[in-house]
Amino acid sequence: MKFTLSWLKDYLDTDASLVQICDILTDIGLEVEELVDNGALLAPFTVGYVTDAIQHPNADKLRLCTVDIGDGESMQVVCGAPNARAGIKVVFAREGLTIPSNGMLLKPTEIRGVKSCGMICSEREMGMSDEHDGIIELPENSVVGEPFAPIFGIDDPMIEIAITPNRPDCLGVYGIARDLAAAGLGKLKTDAAKIIPIKGSFKSDVDIELNFDEVSNSACKQFAGRLIKNVENRPSPKWLQQRLIAIGLRPISALVDITNYVSYDRCRPLHVYDADKISGNIIARMGKQGETYKALDGKDYSANETTCVIADSERVLGFGGVMGGDYSGSQLDTKNIFLESAYFDPIAIAITGRQSGIQSDARYRNERGIDTQSCIEGVEMATKLVLDWCATDNTLVSDVVIAGDAPIRGKQVEFPITEVKRLSSLDVPKPRMISILLDLGFTVADKGDILMVDAPEWRPDIHGKQDLVEEIVRIYGFEQVKSTPLERLDTVAKPVLTPIQKKVATSRRLLASRGMKEAVTYSFIPQDQAALFNGGGKELILENPISVEMSTMRPSLLPNLLAASQRNAGRGIADQAMFEVGQIFQGAENADQKLAATGFRRGTAKLAGQGRNWQGSSQKVDLYDAKADAIAMLNGIGEQAERFQCVADAPSYFHPGRSGTLRLGPKNIIAHFGEIHPRILKAYGINEVIVAFEIILNAIPLPKKKTIGKAALNLSNLLNVKRDLAFIVDENVEAIKLLNAVIGADKKQISGVTLFDVYQGTNIGDGKKSLAVEFSIKQSEKTLNDEELTIIMGKVVAKVEKTTGGKLVGSLK
Amino acid sequence: MADLAELEQKIIGLIATADDLGVLESIRIDALGKKGEISLLLKTLGKMQAEERKTFGAAVNQLKGRINQALATRKTALEDEVLDKRLATETLDVTLPVQADPSHQGRLHPLSQVWEEVTAIFADMGFTIADGPHIETDFYNFTALNIPPHHPARQEHDTFYFAPDAEGNRKVLRTQTSNVQIRTMENQEPPIRIVAPGRTYRCDSDLTHTPQFHQIEALVIDKVTTLGHLKGTLEEFFKAFFEVDDLKIRFRSNHFPFTEISYEVDISYSRVGNKIVIGDGEEWLEILGSGMVHPNVLRNCGLDPDVYQGFAFGMGIDRIAMLKYGIPDLRAFFDADLRWIEHYGFTPFDIPSLAGGLSR
Repeated sequence: MKFTLSWLKDYLDTDASLVQICDILTDIGLEVEELVDNGALLAPFTVGYVTDAIQHPNADKLRLCTVDIGDGESMQVVCGAPNARAGIKVVFAREGLTIPSNGMLLKPTEIRGVKSCGMICSEREMGMSDEHDGIIELPENSVVGEPFAPIFGIDDPMIEIAITPNRPDCLGVYGIARDLAAAGLGKLKTDAAKIIPIKGSFKSDVDIELNFDEVSNSACKQFAGRLIKNVENRPSPKWLQQRLIAIGLRPISALVDITNYVSYDRCRPLHVYDADKISGNIIARMGKQGETYKALDGKDYSANETTCVIADSERVLGFGGVMGGDYSGSQLDTKNIFLESAYFDPIAIAITGRQSGIQSDARYRNERGIDTQSCIEGVEMATKLVLDWCATDNTLVSDVVIAGDAPIRGKQVEFPITEVKRLSSLDVPKPRMISILLDLGFTVADKGDILMVDAPEWRPDIHGKQDLVEEIVRIYGFEQVKSTPLERLDTVAKPVLTPIQKKVATSRRLLASRGMKEAVTYSFIPQDQAALFNGGGKELILENPISVEMSTMRPSLLPNLLAASQRNAGRGIADQAMFEVGQIFQGAENADQKLAATGFRRGTAKLAGQGRNWQGSSQKVDLYDAKADAIAMLNGIGEQAERFQCVADAPSYFHPGRSGTLRLGPKNIIAHFGEIHPRILKAYGINEVIVAFEIILNAIPLPKKKTIGKAALNLSNLLNVKRDLAFIVDENVEAIKLLNAVIGADKKQISGVTLFDVYQGTNIGDGKKSLAVEFSIKQSEKTLNDEELTIIMGKVVAKVEKTTGGKLVGSLK
Repeated sequence: MADLAELEQKIIGLIATADDLGVLESIRIDALGKKGEISLLLKTLGKMQAEERKTFGAAVNQLKGRINQALATRKTALEDEVLDKRLATETLDVTLPVQADPSHQGRLHPLSQVWEEVTAIFADMGFTIADGPHIETDFYNFTALNIPPHHPARQEHDTFYFAPDAEGNRKVLRTQTSNVQIRTMENQEPPIRIVAPGRTYRCDSDLTHTPQFHQIEALVIDKVTTLGHLKGTLEEFFKAFFEVDDLKIRFRSNHFPFTEISYEVDISYSRVGNKIVIGDGEEWLEILGSGMVHPNVLRNCGLDPDVYQGFAFGMGIDRIAMLKYGIPDLRAFFDADLRWIEHYGFTPFDIPSLAGGLSR
């Protein structure tokens, strides 16, 4: 909402400075977004007197003017304007100034061999109009050397404020003045805003019909109009034109400018029809499929059953309360007019506006909810202005035609005055509460501890007690509220993170400590990529995505990480280790929205180092790097990774033979790891190995009970005995089976099983491999003798043979 | 006895000139070995008179002790000499670089860091941390928050929608973390003190907007909380978060559907060169929206607004991260550019805490 300071002062009697006004506006919720102080901006452009104007020696159309600019200074200016001549007062711009309308910086210059200092300006250059045929001629009594802007009244500062959707009343200058007056910034000039009804002299030939069926009976509640005959449309007064230009509107003609003026002055949108273009009565109704009209913006629009139109017996004249039509709009030669001032249902306006896409000042106001009681006032105010500016000797004004009844919001609130303190902590004296409400236009009946408060019809946002507290605090001033810390619940704050929040926080730091960098990527990905990762069900596809690249909720964090990896590779980063901890979407239900911790390694980005090194260059990453990451992460968040089963099985986006799963039983999958499937990598343009892991944090069961203490530590004075054994097994026997067999041979005494060698070669036979393990035998009570040790190792050999078919290499002796 | 002194002088002399451990060993054997000179002297004791044996024996034993001592001293000296010689040849170039430390290579995203900073502050003020789903029903995202059916926020240019289900209901990507407010009030009796940090989504993509961003939302519901507490809480939070002692805070009346007595909040800053420095200053920066919870929202959650009251506020985590750490571009947050993460990220041991300080 834009307005100028002088416009505001039409209704606000104040001595406050521009800065004070702006500060208060912002405080009371009418946030100043822009302040253009035209007076200050135009101040350097001053009055000059052309003492002499002679023909330019080298150009027919140019004149050489000598300009007296005050203080005894004279400037020589080359000027091409046809009206440049001696004896006139002009607007002079010195060198070094910038022309406001086109940003041109005035530099010392020579025109056709003659020095020219500064510029004599046109209206267009000063942003006053499009006029550029000649230079501005100022009145004779203008004072040389003084700023020129006040002469035209264009030194008026322009203020733009942001209006929140609940305050349509401040989409009119009068409403803003009311708020400022209530905030103590001056006195509201109610008299200046008074509207005196004008009596009609005949009955309008045009009548108004509201044709709505039962269902949509609400689109236009009240429609007031008036026929005015024999007017002469002319340019509107200069002061109005300047105000409209200042707020960014183009003056068109008095009739059009009047509608804009009233709209901005009182938040009372109007429309003026050329009455000679209306066939029969004016009808407000819902549109019909197939109806179209050309609007004032020159574009064609289609109506339908959900849009409210204004029509006559032949055609649609416009979308009611949104934008009128080109055909029936007023022109400079319009003689007879019909005024429209109506109250439309805000929701109906919103629907029409949204469907048509029309953004207009009328829609903006009507869809937020204007003063329900303003229809007739609007007609009367417009009539007065038409008579002031467009009247002829034969002008005739009809009676006001009214169709429908203005709805009454009529909100009455029973307001216990204690509410103010209860919610705001402020001690506002009751008389102050009452005066604030009265200043804002509320009606107040004092019933002691309770006020009966009636909201004015221009305040659709008042529903209950809390709204009134807001009004009082808003005007009383928030700076009065005393800052109060929340009461501490516990002297020492209690821990607050949930187990999963702790896991998220720990896993980030843990993965970062393994040299990985954390990415945060978008939750939505291209649909085809979601499909590659077995996701992207119908319920996860956005209906209105930003782009196809961001259309589907991600089923895994890998698609974005792989795409990012390839982007980073394109930047010359070959060795990469990255992770993300974030939301994945296996469905749209709450339980399907899970947290995953996912990471990958590429190139030689191993834990121990990457790239070339004099102590030995790093090897390419392999699936065991990813497995190590997964296990480290699980250990880091307090799990014992060895309790998870490790199986050679993973989703289809992993390499079928080089990937695995960690799980707690067949149904409870905790993590996957391995090489990404080459076909998937190809989709990202990657043709080298990438290994990755993904852990579903929600899948990890929560501990049933938190135990803080640890079991007692029993240390034996006796050393463990270390023994090595090697077995030859079939090559498809999984190592884990053999390791489990070793430890399972005597769980009490065997621990620390380490696989230290894997060997394949023709000397042990095709299809075989040798696995060598080291393990510890515990001596808890006494030193074991050779015989006892041999018995334990015998158990190991037997168990391994039984579960894996493995044969001991060598013998126990 | 004179012989003994002579013998001692000879052996000590030999020891002193022995220049390697082998020579020294043979000197030892010659003197103290089974057939060594001193051993042989001891063998003569048996033929002596008791008195003589006593004095001579003692003298020989003392001699033996002194020789042993001299041998040991010389041995240590020779060993040291050998070691020093060896060490003199054993030099390594200490300037050769070592493998990089992975924990120094790794980085946390600034969002994660700031999440922990914010959490630490609110936890100290007694707030618990609440989470909620990203794909949300219309009810939790809009209706329960007092956003009417025709409100502009529900339009498709603002909110991401999914296709309607069998009953015609369309789910949305949550446009604010306020859905967590509702879910909390439904499941927990007041007093309530929560913050809900999380990802939110809006159909917006330009220089300063990304279609996803992160918010932290706070909710306090009890029987006593007022605007004064809102003011106090925000003042304390901003001072702690931005690690400044002086900071001005300005409340501008505003409008949000879910609060009544609503404020947009600005904090003070100053400009130093191109940099924005949060703290005491003459300029204002819009930082969050806040207010007293709307009575309709309380009613929608089954709470009586005449009994319960409280405040809520929400602010952008990305935004406060950018402000605190001088990160210029929001879009880069979600780019996964390793160079950016390395530069703006935090190492795993930059752990924010109130005891140790939020930032290093």
